[in-house]
Amino acid sequence: MTPSAAARRIYRHRLPVRVMHWINVICLTILLGSGLQIFNAHPALYWGRDSTFADPWVSIGAFNKAGGGITGVTTIAGHRFSTDGVLGASKVGDASTQTARAFPAWATIPGPQWLSMGRHWHFFFAWLFVINGIAYLAYAIFSGHLSRDLLPTRAELRRIGHSIKDHLLFRHETGEAAKRYNVLQNLAYLAVIFGLLPLVILAGMAMSPRLAAVFPGWVELLGGRQSARTLHFLAATGLLLFVLVHVFEVLINGAWNQIRSMVTGWYSLPSDERAKS
Amino acid sequence: MIRKTISSGRPKAAPSRRTALRAALAGVGTVSLAGCDRLSNNAAFVDTLKSAQHLSHGAQRLVTGRKAMAQEFGQADVAAHFKANGTLVPMDAEYQALLKGEFKAWKLQVGGLVEKPAAFSLAELRAMPSRTQITRHDCVEGWSSIGKWKGVQLAHLLEQVRPLPSAKYVVFRCADSMDGASLDARDSTYYESVDMDDAYHVQTVLAYELNDQPLPVNNGAPLRARIERQLGYKHAKYLMRIELVESFDKIRDGKGGYWEDNGYEWYAGI
Repeated sequence: MTPSAAARRIYRHRLPVRVMHWINVICLTILLGSGLQIFNAHPALYWGRDSTFADPWVSIGAFNKAGGGITGVTTIAGHRFSTDGVLGASKVGDASTQTARAFPAWATIPGPQWLSMGRHWHFFFAWLFVINGIAYLAYAIFSGHLSRDLLPTRAELRRIGHSIKDHLLFRHETGEAAKRYNVLQNLAYLAVIFGLLPLVILAGMAMSPRLAAVFPGWVELLGGRQSARTLHFLAATGLLLFVLVHVFEVLINGAWNQIRSMVTGWYSLPSDERAKS
Repeated sequence: MIRKTISSGRPKAAPSRRTALRAALAGVGTVSLAGCDRLSNNAAFVDTLKSAQHLSHGAQRLVTGRKAMAQEFGQADVAAHFKANGTLVPMDAEYQALLKGEFKAWKLQVGGLVEKPAAFSLAELRAMPSRTQITRHDCVEGWSSIGKWKGVQLAHLLEQVRPLPSAKYVVFRCADSMDGASLDARDSTYYESVDMDDAYHVQTVLAYELNDQPLPVNNGAPLRARIERQLGYKHAKYLMRIELVESFDKIRDGKGGYWEDNGYEWYAGI
């Protein structure tokens, strides 16, 4: 390795962050799959304290087709969408006919309709996820990761317009600037860490009948138990969107370099020359 | 997709390290859903997953306290139609005969590890001090329904039969056969169990009224349990017998309830 190449490599992610990142990957994948399995047991969402079975604001179901068989339909706020083959009715494994189920077998853990097993997966990995999250938060605060890397500086915040434009043009920082997270990245991480994650956890806990008794009425702060179930689902959707954007950004920004830096810690700074060419 | 990126001429990592990384990435990729299905049928793995329920139970008891109350609601919150689930009409001959006789011949047996086993008719239960509560019923499937329940506190019955110190659980025995087991020699009526914290809880009521009417058959007539800090499957319907036990290891599959024997958690506070 030439000295100049060595100089352009930085130790970007420290070991605790890397380990906790990959624990998150496993936990989020399993929590999403098992969460969809649990959702499938009653594929409808409501606002309020209890379920108004006649008018959920979201529901996924199957209807008989005129010529035989079933077709999947998703209803959102009174609007019906055909989601046949994916939502409401889909083939399980190599089956030749469709099964009535909200989310398809390829998206749920386990694949077959199996609520009790989905719950075992979900709660085990929820504990792991929360413990990992608390460890991350403690590490981020005490190691300086939060203030040094995650919080944007005032100067960076002022240049947010530039950052938005750069993202829209798929143009990314190089050289010195690439050493730090960019401001949109900072804001996305902060929104996830201090917004979506606390919400998904709190809304999850609000669904527990025993935790609802911590002090009677706290679930009302989220609008009641069925609102909490809806918020849990929406927050999980938000996390999925974050992951999709995150993975997209990794793929278009030198995927190998990015993934390696989250495994070994070492990141090669994209050179300024390449940006000028 | 990742392999293509690897070959795109990035600054070099040591070959051994690169191989290791590839292996790691492939590993992440193969934690596929099929793998999850295989693990779901692996007893040791499932036991590990299920161990989380002890953590949940312990943690929830720690933060809520044994006597913490479930939220109660106002009359305006009561659902127009309280959803019924599980068995809707027990077809068992014994139950059908009791139903025809308007439960006049029905008696709740309370026995097991108690000083004074006893049996109570519906009229006797109705004559006892009652508790009325408007609570939210949360099904394991995810839905909720709010209903107004009136009944006798289980604690009141326990005071009369005087549990022995060795009694650790209260087992509810029900009239409704599950699995079509009347064809089978094996008893397979619904059953459930709770620990003494829930048994003596103020809101643990044996309800004979729903929304100011005698408990409908769909909802468990003549008597059902209300275990307000746990999910719906703990709230046993069609009660016939209450048994105090030291352990439920020897009852059916030993998990403490019909759904528990079918894979659900015994502790349903989550």
